[in-house]
Amino acid sequence: MTLSVRLQHDLPDIKLDLSFDAPLGVTVLFGRSGSGKTTVVNAVAGLLRPKAGRVAVDEWELFDTEQDLWLPPHRRRLGYIFQEGRLFPHLTVRQNLAYGRWFAPKRARRENPDKVIEMLGIGHLLDRRPAGLSGGEKQRVAIGRALLASPRLILADEPLAALDEARKAEILPYFERLRDEVSVPILYVTHSAAEVARLATSVVALQDGKVVRHGPASEVMADPSVAPAGVRAVGAVLNVRVQEHHADGLTELEAGGARLFLPRIPHQVGEDLRIRIPAQEVILSSKRPDGLSALNMLEGTVDTIRAGGGPGAIVSLQTSAGPILARVTRRSVAALGLEPGKSCFAVIKTVALAPQDVGGRLTPS
Amino acid sequence: MGWLGPAEIEALRLSLRVSFWATLVTLPFGIFVAYALARWRFPGRQLLNGLVHLPLILPPVVTGYLLLLTFGIQGPMGRLLGEFGIVVAFRWTGAALAAGIMAFPLMVRAIRLSIEAVDPKLEQAGATLGASRPFVFATVTLPMILPGVIAGSILAFAKAMGEFGATITFVSNIPGQTQTLPSAVYAFLQVPGGEGAATRLVVISIIIAMGALLLSEYIGRRAAARVSGS
Repeated sequence: MTLSVRLQHDLPDIKLDLSFDAPLGVTVLFGRSGSGKTTVVNAVAGLLRPKAGRVAVDEWELFDTEQDLWLPPHRRRLGYIFQEGRLFPHLTVRQNLAYGRWFAPKRARRENPDKVIEMLGIGHLLDRRPAGLSGGEKQRVAIGRALLASPRLILADEPLAALDEARKAEILPYFERLRDEVSVPILYVTHSAAEVARLATSVVALQDGKVVRHGPASEVMADPSVAPAGVRAVGAVLNVRVQEHHADGLTELEAGGARLFLPRIPHQVGEDLRIRIPAQEVILSSKRPDGLSALNMLEGTVDTIRAGGGPGAIVSLQTSAGPILARVTRRSVAALGLEPGKSCFAVIKTVALAPQDVGGRLTPS
Repeated sequence: MGWLGPAEIEALRLSLRVSFWATLVTLPFGIFVAYALARWRFPGRQLLNGLVHLPLILPPVVTGYLLLLTFGIQGPMGRLLGEFGIVVAFRWTGAALAAGIMAFPLMVRAIRLSIEAVDPKLEQAGATLGASRPFVFATVTLPMILPGVIAGSILAFAKAMGEFGATITFVSNIPGQTQTLPSAVYAFLQVPGGEGAATRLVVISIIIAMGALLLSEYIGRRAAARVSGS
């Protein structure tokens, strides 16, 4: 199943004009606030009626201005997970979960409520009302409610943005399971690079209502020109495999023959993972560094150097492990004599690799 | 109720009947108009709002006279209803009509406030889960505004119990037919020695009005606690 979206719409500040396809798995709409992400999701949901365009899941059309076709939201078979959860306050958790299921056509009811409740760990909350739940619990119920509507399309609009870091870490694995176990396209809006790294099958980078880049997460996130959420969000995504857990508390990862160390992560040896390496945690050296405490060192050749208006520059390197991005000063670029084709070393401090930047790798679909 | 005379009991029973039907029949219209005013933007919205509130501001005797002109036997609505064999002029049904119209603004105000307190985002969430508009209203909006609906109904009932000016103008003051509680108080005060009966009815009026106010406050508080607490 593939979701195809083509939209034109005038917003107060920007003109939305874009098109993209979202295959099975998670397609992340990535961009800073005001780039039109939520408008796109609401147009797909039918909560907003755009000026022109077409939205379809495979051959099933939800909206097409050429045919004057517009399905109201309740006929679109959606599972929409909102930022604020939007649980019904007058219903218990059990009734909230049953709500979407009740409206789904009987033969379309794929999901088994008991399995969903178990997967989300909300069995003990069933008789409570939303007002008595924590933020993380509310969001788990919201995921369950959307899933039990047996949707043909799952939409999530910054579902973690209202949660603190600990709650985010609690909810993210459920989205990973959703991605890996549910066989419908998931359109996921965020401005968090960490969420992209963990969840995205593909990324649609938006800027001022236009698609500036569309492709696999490792490609889009490695493109410094995308940097939708500011320079801090720039980072490369590497595909790695867990090699060994060492007694001193480190986990060794293997990527294209190179070795990376980071603080112990809970994943099994042999498991395939994705890891995001923030550009600002990478140091470049023109010679093989010596006497350095950093454990992670990758040799590569400079691919591109992009300097912005400020004193900084983003250097992208091709290494055996994949593309690496480094955020350095323009002065350093000059001092090291960096230019495309020149070989150099990327040094990454072990403790800079945080577990929340590690996620399960995607099976290609 | 040995301490009440037959005429007083008659007036009390009639008032209860008139107010009950006035409230019940107005309720669907009240919910609809409140929803339209709270949620829809349409030309003439301010005009509708003004019309709904008119009975609250106009002298009741004016409302009663307008009712007489339209729903009287010679009035356009009166003749139309007459075609179906329905006569409201000088009947208890006319008293209910007058009471309903006078109570309508209070009912609409209470319900509209509670609709405005419902986050439209919750109704959107219902729609994305497959509920059509009527279902969203029945399963999300209505349960959430129910306390407002009940409070508004109680208030409207109390107002209907006390309606005097429009009723007496429209359907006069016929014992057993249109002599509601306030009309009876007025009538008793017109005859020598009627003060005792009038006082008893006044006490009953105060009890009903006070009870209705307290009950609607209580329901409002309980509902607020249900939604915000666990």
